[in-house]
Amino acid sequence: MIAEHLPALQVAVPLAAAPLIVLLRHPTLAWWIALGACGFALLAALLTAAQVAGAGTVSYALGSWPPPWGIEYRIDTLGAFVLVLVAGVAALVVPFAWRSVAAEVPREQHYLFYAVYCLCVAGLLGMAATGDAFNLFVFMEIASLAMYVLIAFGRDRRALFAAYQYLILGTIGATFYVIGVGLLYLMTGTLNLADMASRLPLAQSERPVLAALAFITVGMSLKLALFPLHLWLPNAYTFAPSAVTAFLAATATKVAVYVLLRFYFSVFGAPLVSAELPMPQILLALSIAAIVTASLVAVWQPDLKRMFAYSSVAQIGYITLGIGIASRDGLTAAVVHLFNHGITKGALFLLIGGVVLRAGWAGFERIQGLGRSMPLTSLGIVIAGLSLIGIPGTAGFVSKWFLVLGAIENGQWWLAALVVGTSLIAVAYVWRFVEAAYLAAPGPRTPAPGEPPAAMLVPAWLMVAACIYFGLDTSFTVGAARRAAALMLGGAP
Amino acid sequence: MSAAQLVAAALLVPAAGAGGIALAGRWPNLRETVTLAAAALLFACVLGLVPAVLAGSTPELFVLEMLPGIALGFRVEPLGMLFALVASGLWIVNSVYSIGYMRGNDEPHQTRYYICFALALAATMGIAFAANLLTLFLFYEMLTLVTWPLVTHHGDDEARAGGRTYLGVLLGTSIVLLLPAIIATWALAGTLEFVPGGLLAGARLSNAALGGLLALYMFGIGKAALMPFHRWLPAAMVAPTPVSALLHAVAVVKAGVFAVVKVIVYVFGVDTLAGLRAADWLPAVAGFTIIAASVVALRADNLKRRLAYSTVSQLSYVVLAAALLTPLSVVGAALHIAAHAVGKITLFFAAGAIYTASHKTEVSQLDGIGRRMPWTMGAFLVGALSLIGVPPCVGFVSKWYVLQGAFAAKLWPAAAVLLGSTLLNAAYFMPIVYVAFFRAPRGEPHGEAPVAIVLALVATAAATVALFFLPGLPLALARSVAGL
Repeated sequence: MIAEHLPALQVAVPLAAAPLIVLLRHPTLAWWIALGACGFALLAALLTAAQVAGAGTVSYALGSWPPPWGIEYRIDTLGAFVLVLVAGVAALVVPFAWRSVAAEVPREQHYLFYAVYCLCVAGLLGMAATGDAFNLFVFMEIASLAMYVLIAFGRDRRALFAAYQYLILGTIGATFYVIGVGLLYLMTGTLNLADMASRLPLAQSERPVLAALAFITVGMSLKLALFPLHLWLPNAYTFAPSAVTAFLAATATKVAVYVLLRFYFSVFGAPLVSAELPMPQILLALSIAAIVTASLVAVWQPDLKRMFAYSSVAQIGYITLGIGIASRDGLTAAVVHLFNHGITKGALFLLIGGVVLRAGWAGFERIQGLGRSMPLTSLGIVIAGLSLIGIPGTAGFVSKWFLVLGAIENGQWWLAALVVGTSLIAVAYVWRFVEAAYLAAPGPRTPAPGEPPAAMLVPAWLMVAACIYFGLDTSFTVGAARRAAALMLGGAP
Repeated sequence: MSAAQLVAAALLVPAAGAGGIALAGRWPNLRETVTLAAAALLFACVLGLVPAVLAGSTPELFVLEMLPGIALGFRVEPLGMLFALVASGLWIVNSVYSIGYMRGNDEPHQTRYYICFALALAATMGIAFAANLLTLFLFYEMLTLVTWPLVTHHGDDEARAGGRTYLGVLLGTSIVLLLPAIIATWALAGTLEFVPGGLLAGARLSNAALGGLLALYMFGIGKAALMPFHRWLPAAMVAPTPVSALLHAVAVVKAGVFAVVKVIVYVFGVDTLAGLRAADWLPAVAGFTIIAASVVALRADNLKRRLAYSTVSQLSYVVLAAALLTPLSVVGAALHIAAHAVGKITLFFAAGAIYTASHKTEVSQLDGIGRRMPWTMGAFLVGALSLIGVPPCVGFVSKWYVLQGAFAAKLWPAAAVLLGSTLLNAAYFMPIVYVAFFRAPRGEPHGEAPVAIVLALVATAAATVALFFLPGLPLALARSVAGL
């Protein structure tokens, strides 16, 4: 009986957990409730994914109001894939947060932290599950507001400014999105995405539709930090508490990409977006700019968090590059990289959280000789770094394979060369860490030998193991991505 | 054990050995016992595969599907068999030598050193037995990464600079050139499996496309050190000498030329390339590398640097031999992988012995050293004669086949390059032998290096001669690569 309500429950349980935590106001209980809620969400996401893989798209009518009148939760291959990523990362970050948040957030605020965290998880899961444009906006606002608060929990006072910066830009993004949705509602009279898709061809005038496309593109580009709208990201990642950085980097931008894909291919449709409009060209240009500039900037950053934050901007560029290639292999690359980059960055930021705990700050002057004082943490960062570069045997390689394959099959050899060439810049910044950790002698500010507690190291290494596992056995990731790409290009959601 | 189990064992034994070494790190004698046991066991596994391969079968092991339609899988064919035999056999000798060298020079981080070494051998086995281009590429990159800590072993500025060049060139060429080549092959042929006759044979590509793809492969396989992507090899000489000996004269560089031969024979197909004119430029590049590297070697005073440039030159022998596209030259290419390995490892062993006994690194310091270290320099002479191609050393056999191939292909410039380089080889090796034996010794007196070192280098020198008289096994494997 519960099984049929899973699509809604996986969102509702974390959402309900938040007020419960606030009512109880107990730091330890708060953690347990968050763990239970996120664990349940993961279980539900996995079951939903299995259901979608077996029986196709799942549709759930909220409150039994049939779509398009009621709110519909509609989970297809792509949605299920994103749900698994978000719920998986959320469930791994909670155990990590036990010690990390204890060190970085005052104890009397713990219950608030976990309440907001649950809200954020619920918001992101809701964005991936819902099939309703306005419901999506509501969840986006829940997730975003929660994120601003989570970032502001950072110890450094600059965290407040980073949260404020993100608040301003994120709100502009959300506003643009809702203007776009308003225009679409005007033209179709519906908010249900599937219904909207079927009514759009009947729209009386194309101009408002194009305006809606533009508004949604810009709005979501702000949320997913597409160059040059990425300015909020480096500060947010750098100054947020470690657990928040790991969670945000692995999920927030990825869900925004999902929304963009959803609108492009399920609502507007591939013929309009890729053939009639120059969206592929625009995305290609912006993606290339993101990859090149952000990678180069990453090489010169003074600390690990900031370095990998800029690397995220570049890696998001690879995802949007896949959308820009606009073939089946290109879209496969985009979807698979959304997942692979999520786990890679998740692993990196969890490990860096351990460094921050032991060293206070992940500046390069504090990680000299880290290979000797924190061998497991350092090795994990190296392996995740290899995944970032795209070394075969790691998750990142799989994404690169499909990106290059897509480019070559389109005859865009220059693009293939660009993709492989820019991964050398990733070698440069990853090796900056390797040389500091393994070739430099420990400096006066290097932490004394000792790993972070197991509660932090184990989740981090599970993510590292995932980076290797999904590099060798790609049946889940590539299988889902290819099915999703086929569905998107097929037009119907 | 079945053949498939032996293949799995050959991959797992060195990897498990690395784990054992890590656990035994605190007790050096136990740790070295683990290394030697892993090396012996690996060689036994590889030897166990020989009868099946000689009988014409190709033992296979399929692990899982890495990408849709592309497996992580292994298949033992004659060329891989030969490469695996050479690498695993020499690992035993090199481990004995390593023990003498690392202890004799009181090197730091010895546990890390032995771990990386075992992992490098695991990667080498993966390359040797790879059933398709993706599996080969996976282990090819792994080999680059696990040897980086060995190259930068000393951790000083020189090691850091050497490591950067090493990684920059090897990763750079493989990511920017080799990977697109592999993906393009997949896009064109829909398969990456190595097949006799070439997987691209049926793809009907234009001459220009085939030539371009070949160029991506040849320069992308940076480990083969084709000019201008050879700089990593001299840079890698900052490593302790046993690393230069086994990895940068045998495993890593041979992985490069092995991949080159493999690509020419099993991806493009000798007949396809010979029918078109797409590979015509390759002998010229290889010939240029042979001569140019020899000339640089001639001017190098540092002994290891001279040996490194000699390796660059000798690697292009293999590339040239494969590029001649005749059956005889392919036999020569396969044989030279083995022949150069035993000869060059002997020379590096000698260089390391000299360093351990006397801390001399430059050729100009070697006056009279042959009188103090007769075994070492005797072995050096044997190795040098083999590389020059003088009987009764195995280097003569492989050169003989390559030359025959050049004559069969009627490619006279290639024959001229081979003969000219023989003279150059003599010109950069013989002065060392001359000053070592015929000049008066200088400086403080010293004797031979520790006995483990001397044992190892005498063993490889003996193998160099023995393989001239008994080339049966390598020759049989090499001939079946060429389909003779």
